Amino acid sequence: MHEMNQLTTFWFWVIGGVKVLAVFTVVMAAVAYMTLAERRVSAFIQDRLGPNRVGPFGLLQPIADGLKNIIKEETMPGTSAKFYFVLGPALAIMPAVVTFAVIPFAAPLPTPVGTVDMIVADVPIGILYILALSSLAVYGIVLAGWASNNKYAFLGGLRASAQMISYEVALGLSVIAVLLLAGNVTLTEMVWQQQQLGLWFVFPLSLAFIFFVISALAETNRLPFDMPEAESELITGYHTEYSAMKFSMFFIAEYSHVLTASALMATLFFGGWDIPVWTGDDMFWHEGALIRGFDDAGAPIPATPSILITLLTLGAFCTKTAFFVFLYIWIRWTLPRFRYDQVMHLGWKVLLPAALGYIVLIAGTMLVLDQLGVPFGLLYGLVLTGVSGVTTIAFLFFIDRDRVIAGAHGMGAVARRREASRALLARRAAANPDGSVS
Amino acid sequence: MAISVKVMRRPEAGRTSYMRATLKGMSLTFKHLLRVKKVTLEYPEDQPDLHPRWRGTHRMEVHADGRPKCVACGLCPTVCPANCIRLVGGEDDQGNRYPIVYEIDEFRCIFCGMCQEVCPVEAIHVGQHFENAEYTRDRFVYDLDRLMEQDHPTTLLWDPSDPRSE
Repeated sequence: MHEMNQLTTFWFWVIGGVKVLAVFTVVMAAVAYMTLAERRVSAFIQDRLGPNRVGPFGLLQPIADGLKNIIKEETMPGTSAKFYFVLGPALAIMPAVVTFAVIPFAAPLPTPVGTVDMIVADVPIGILYILALSSLAVYGIVLAGWASNNKYAFLGGLRASAQMISYEVALGLSVIAVLLLAGNVTLTEMVWQQQQLGLWFVFPLSLAFIFFVISALAETNRLPFDMPEAESELITGYHTEYSAMKFSMFFIAEYSHVLTASALMATLFFGGWDIPVWTGDDMFWHEGALIRGFDDAGAPIPATPSILITLLTLGAFCTKTAFFVFLYIWIRWTLPRFRYDQVMHLGWKVLLPAALGYIVLIAGTMLVLDQLGVPFGLLYGLVLTGVSGVTTIAFLFFIDRDRVIAGAHGMGAVARRREASRALLARRAAANPDGSVS
Repeated sequence: MAISVKVMRRPEAGRTSYMRATLKGMSLTFKHLLRVKKVTLEYPEDQPDLHPRWRGTHRMEVHADGRPKCVACGLCPTVCPANCIRLVGGEDDQGNRYPIVYEIDEFRCIFCGMCQEVCPVEAIHVGQHFENAEYTRDRFVYDLDRLMEQDHPTTLLWDPSDPRSE
């Protein structure tokens, strides 16, 4: 059996550095290939083939794109605020690439120098770090929009700020439900609690998951919430004036956000690197020892980390994340863009009160369960699943009834006018039975 | 033939469902994602089927002895709306007229095909060919030899008695 000691300070720094480099490289490569995936999937959805010329299946396309963007001429609008114009993309990309640091991507790996956590930085503030930094990204967008000195860019920046603030609230509130159930903010512990519960949080917190997906779409400025870009209204919004690598940096930032949001969905609601059903991969640091659970007497059972488990869990994590990245792309190429007032309406008047109510409901249910002495386990999860399921169905039924995102004919005045004209036509037809409607 | 207009039956106000519409849309796009048959024509490998009346690069018909069929009547430069044909005619010992210079500027040409329609001896034709990219601009002025070298199929003229060429 492996020596399950924690790393010494020296090795902590060395391995930390290696992890930073490796994760950064992998995230950047993933971002590059997400652009290709976006183009290929969108092409396939539209019955096209997409870029398939550069390398086998177009696999070298991101490299060609990157090269092109680096050697292209950068334009600097004469009327822009130069300093902030350059600062914009830098501010946009930095929060995007650092947020991945607190997401655990595999089970701990045994090495000769100790057991290595497969996470860049297991900071105690966990999800708060992600929420804090991902909100900073809007500064880059607003600065870019303002510094461009272009009305479309400016409007894009304004929209970005309003939208980010609106959906930050819903995003935070949907995460609170997870925090209530997990009892901690670190993502490693959230994965552990999902393993302990025997259910992924998507089941007991189904409505929170729906809110999280919607808010995450809005937070990452992806369709159907890409108000800051809105090609048909604002050219390309905040990055209208940008070219070459600065333009590319906004895209790297956007795709990094998508990747982080997908990884977060996988971690918060789909067990992170947990492999379903199998309990052999459960691992957590408990009082300085790596355990895989507690026996009936409450004594910790030591875990047996292995390279195989690490690789398997890494595969599970990548699969889940890739699925959500695909979901993002799939949604983008299906749904049309919201109107701006609809976005605000959905954020403030639907998601905010619904998420608040949901937190109260989940907290109340958990309080009752705790008072009844139900242990944190499958039964606990199933009761919550039932409560959440009913709430989710009720919520979907409510927004299904055309009260939330009303189309043109769902708006009172228009519908009434249409109704009136239809009644008029019917009356004319009745008065004029030979069918000549004038 | 009128363009077929599909009139959508809109649901009554208050009866629309955006949840179901969204899910329906998602399933539709997913079906298209899985569809094997794509509309993309992988161009250099797969060539498009050109219509028989496709008007592209010109070609000059030749007699069996290699002379151009052109009799330098001057109708094509006259009718050409883009003024892209330059013709200098000459006459040999037997009194046969022939082109000394016959140049078509493919850049100026709008490929209306009127030169072919007007030609009394069916010498100049537009053809079913479009791949005429060059590295320099002057290469786009096709001289007589170059026009005679072209070997792509010529364009089918519109027949008034069979307007849809069936």
